[in-house]
Amino acid sequence: MLLALLALALIALVLAAPMIARRIADWRAARPKRPSADRSLDLELYDPGRERRAEQRARELLRSCVNDEEWGMYRDLGFIRVAGRHARREVDRGRGGRPPYAYLVYPHKPIVAFVPQSGQLLSEYCVEFPDLTGSGGRHRLPASDDVLAKWMALTSNEDRVIKRANMHLVGRQLDPARVRRDLWRLAEWERRRQPTQSQR
Amino acid sequence: MKPGHGEVLLAEGDPRVQEDEERLVEEFRRQLDEGMWAAVPVTNPGSGRREAQMVKQYTDIPPDSERVIFFPRASGG
Repeated sequence: MLLALLALALIALVLAAPMIARRIADWRAARPKRPSADRSLDLELYDPGRERRAEQRARELLRSCVNDEEWGMYRDLGFIRVAGRHARREVDRGRGGRPPYAYLVYPHKPIVAFVPQSGQLLSEYCVEFPDLTGSGGRHRLPASDDVLAKWMALTSNEDRVIKRANMHLVGRQLDPARVRRDLWRLAEWERRRQPTQSQR
Repeated sequence: MKPGHGEVLLAEGDPRVQEDEERLVEEFRRQLDEGMWAAVPVTNPGSGRREAQMVKQYTDIPPDSERVIFFPRASGG
């Protein structure tokens, strides 16, 4: 008796299966889609190694553009010195190849103008290279690309980049004591390099 | 140089080959139209120092240049 009931139930289930399947399909079609299901595919996946790889490429690019001394300066000290191009007085021209003023170029920090002979800090120039693509996010260049962009801008057309920058007295963004310490580090770095150069 | 990405290869080719040159010119113009600055790293023949030379037209590019670097325009930070 029980076996007969089970067989009947099974037959009824098999016969009703197409109808049940149609009902389920209709219900799924009528149900509003959950927005989060598809949107997750549109989001740009965060790649934790992208910035590191970009910085490695940027360092190689910087190294291939600047001279050995500037590359060594950046590698060892974290900034590059760029000589100013303008000699305003005759006395400036007679300094034995030493520029009357120069810039310290830091990554993602203002450019600092100073007098190499005295170490006097002149001013800081806030400049950035913003994303022009309009992609939305507030992206910035890798650190070494930022240094290279400033180096290219200063060595090709110093006046243009200085006019575009916001000029302040040193101390607005950079600690003057830290910049003076960097100048001292630079002097020590050059002093240590001189014997090496003379041995070559 | 692309913010958020760093160095991106835009186009490469031999400028002596006409097809390549047309492609290079097209990309050069597109980058400048987008507001980028273009520079070529060179060695100053007088001082021997490395420096950049800004180029505003494709014909300004020194013939022996290996590459042109495009980077966003500077603005006050």
